[in-house]
Amino acid sequence: MSIFVDKNTRLIVQGITGRDGAFHAKAMKEYGTNVVGGVTPGKGGQQVEGLPVFDSVEDAVEKTGANASIIFVPASFATDAMYECIASDLDLVVCISEGVPTMDMVKVLDYAKGRKTRVLGPNCPGVISPGKAKVGIMPAASFKPGCVGVVSRSGTLTYEVASQTSEFGQSTVVGIGGDPVIGTNFIDCLERFNADPETKAIVLVGEIGGTDEERAAEWVKANCRKPVLGFIAGQTAPPGKRMGHAGAIISGGSGTAPEKVKAFEAAGITVVYEPDEIGPKLRAKL
Amino acid sequence: MKIHEYQAKEIFTAFGIPVPRERVAANPAEAAMLAPELGMPVVIKAQVLVGGRGKAGGVKKVESADQVEVVAKNIIGMDIKGLRVNKVLVSECVDIKGETYVGIIIDRATRAPVLMASAAGGVEIEEVAKATPEKILKVAIDPAAGLLSFQARNVGMALYGDAHCPTGAAEAKLAREFAGIAQKLYRIFLAKDCSLIEINPLVKLGSGSLLALDAKINFDDNADFRHKEWEEMRDLSAEEPTEVEAKAAGLTYIKLAGNVGCVVNGAGLAMATMDLIKRYGGEPANFLDVGGSSSPEKMVTAMRIILSDPNVKAILINIFGGITRCDDIANGLLAAQKMADIKVPLVARLTGTNAEKAREILKGSPVTSAETMGDAVKKAVALAGGAK
Repeated sequence: MSIFVDKNTRLIVQGITGRDGAFHAKAMKEYGTNVVGGVTPGKGGQQVEGLPVFDSVEDAVEKTGANASIIFVPASFATDAMYECIASDLDLVVCISEGVPTMDMVKVLDYAKGRKTRVLGPNCPGVISPGKAKVGIMPAASFKPGCVGVVSRSGTLTYEVASQTSEFGQSTVVGIGGDPVIGTNFIDCLERFNADPETKAIVLVGEIGGTDEERAAEWVKANCRKPVLGFIAGQTAPPGKRMGHAGAIISGGSGTAPEKVKAFEAAGITVVYEPDEIGPKLRAKL
Repeated sequence: MKIHEYQAKEIFTAFGIPVPRERVAANPAEAAMLAPELGMPVVIKAQVLVGGRGKAGGVKKVESADQVEVVAKNIIGMDIKGLRVNKVLVSECVDIKGETYVGIIIDRATRAPVLMASAAGGVEIEEVAKATPEKILKVAIDPAAGLLSFQARNVGMALYGDAHCPTGAAEAKLAREFAGIAQKLYRIFLAKDCSLIEINPLVKLGSGSLLALDAKINFDDNADFRHKEWEEMRDLSAEEPTEVEAKAAGLTYIKLAGNVGCVVNGAGLAMATMDLIKRYGGEPANFLDVGGSSSPEKMVTAMRIILSDPNVKAILINIFGGITRCDDIANGLLAAQKMADIKVPLVARLTGTNAEKAREILKGSPVTSAETMGDAVKKAVALAGGAK
C-alpha cells in the first residue's frame, strides 16, 4: 500500500496545454502514472502528449473516469480550478501553482468541507508513491519503492531528505506546501502513514512559521505507533522576514525553530539537524 | 507588504471608519504649516514600517505652534530600528477616555479569519498574547457568512460592558459602534486582500464615540496580481535595495550578517543550507532562492547580488535539480565568473537533473565541487576563514 496515490489513480492535468502542464504530463506518464487526460477550457478536442484535452473537469471525469487532478495554471485561475475538482467529487486535487491569495484558499477549503475531495497544496511539489504513481513535479530518480513515509512543507528539501532514505526506499512522499493555509496538513498525512501497513517509519520535514509542527507532535505523542524522525528548517532565519515560502515567517515571537524542536522532543520524535544524519538514525530505528 | 499608518487611514476613511483629523508631511516646514489648521496641541507621529516607534521617540505631543517645525525636524530623518523616517503624520489631539485593541488575521490552524479584540489596548498585542492570553477575545469568522453583527456586538459588549452590572444604554451604544467598526475592518480585509489589519488603540472619546487612533495594514503579497495600486503605495526606502533588485529578477534574497554567501534552489533547502553553515561554525551571509526554473542569466544576477555584500568571503552553491537543471546553473556560474572577476572561492554541490553535464562543464574551472550538502558546507565554511 501507500497513501493518497497508487495504481488506481486516474489523473487529469489542468493546464495541460501550458508549458509546465505539458512537460509534467509527459514526465508523469513516463513514470507510470495513469494519466488519462487534461483540461484547458476552450481547447477541448485537442491532444497533448497523446492525451485527450477536455473543456471542463466534469467532461473529463465523464469520459475518462478520472479520480484525481493536478493543477498547473497561474495563481489567478488556480482557485477556480480547485473548485471545479471539488464540485466534480474527485478524490484528490494537487495544486502545484504558487502565489494563491491566502483568503482565496480559505474559501476553497471552506467549500471543500463535507465534500469528498482532498486538496493538497497549493505551492507544493505534489505526491509520489514510488513505483506506483507520481502526481507532482519531483525528479523521479530521487525516489524508490520502500517503507519510509515522508511528509514535508518544502520542495527541493523534500528531494534531499528522500534521497537520504534511499537505503530503505519510500512508501509515499508528500509535499504539503509552504503556504500559510493549505489543504492537507501534517496530521492528515501522519494519520494515513500510521494506518498504512507498508510504511514502517516516518520522516517529518517542517520549517519555521505557524504551529503545524507543534500540533503534529501532539498527534504523534497520542497516536503514532511508528518511529518518527523530525527535521526543522529555518534555525538561523531572522524574525519578521518571509523566507521565500509565504508561510515561513516568524511573527510575534511564535513559529520559531527552537519551539518546534522542543515540541518534537517532548513527543518522542527523533530530531535530525542535518540531512546526512537521516540514514543512520533510520537504521537505528528499523 | 506593509503600508504606512497614513496610507492605512486613507483606506479607513474610504470605508467609513472614523480617524482623527490629520495630515501627512514630508518635511518640517510642511508640518509647521499644517499644524495650525488642526488646532494646537498636535501629535507628530513618525511614519515608519516597524513597530515600537513610540518607545524610540518617534511620537511627540507639541503644545505650541512655533515648536512644530523643531519637533518635526527631530523626527524626520530619525533612524528607528534601522529604518529612516521620511514622513510624519500631524494629528489633532483627542480626548481619550479608554483604549482597546481590535484586529483581524487569518488563523492558520483553523484556516479561517479571526477577529481579535482586547480591553488592553495601546500595547503590543503580541505581548498581551504572551503574558495574559486570556485577555484576548477571539471570534472565528465563517468564510461564507462573514463577520456577523451579533458576533461583533457580543465582542463589543465584552469590551465595554461590566460583568457585574446590567448593561446600560451607553455600553450598548459603544458595543454597537464597535460592531460597525469591526465589520468595516472585515470588509477592508476582504476587499484589499489584507494579511493583517488592526486598530491599536481604538479609543473611546470624551464625547462617548469610538475612533481609530492608529492603523496598521499588511497586504497578502500573493494577491498583488489583482492590486496594481499597491506598486504606488510601496515604500522602497524601507526595503533593502538588493532585495528589491533580486525580486525583479525572480529571485528571493534576504541579506544577513555572515560571510558565507549561498545560492540554493527552493526555500526549504535554502533555509536548511543556512542552518548547516551555522552548525559547522560559519555564519550565512544571505538567504537566496533561485526559484524553480533557472536560466544562466538568473545565476549571473544572483552572483552579482551576493558579491555586492563586502562581507562575503566564500560562496556556496547548493542545488538539488528537479525543474532546475544543474547544467544551467554550471553555465551561469562560468558566465558570472567571466563577467565579474570573482575573487572569493566558490563551492558547488550540484545533484539531480543533469548533474553529470554540470560536472563536465565545471571541469577545469576553479570551482570546488562537493558531493554532499554536509561536505559542501564544511568546505565553504573553511574557505570563508574557518569556524568561529
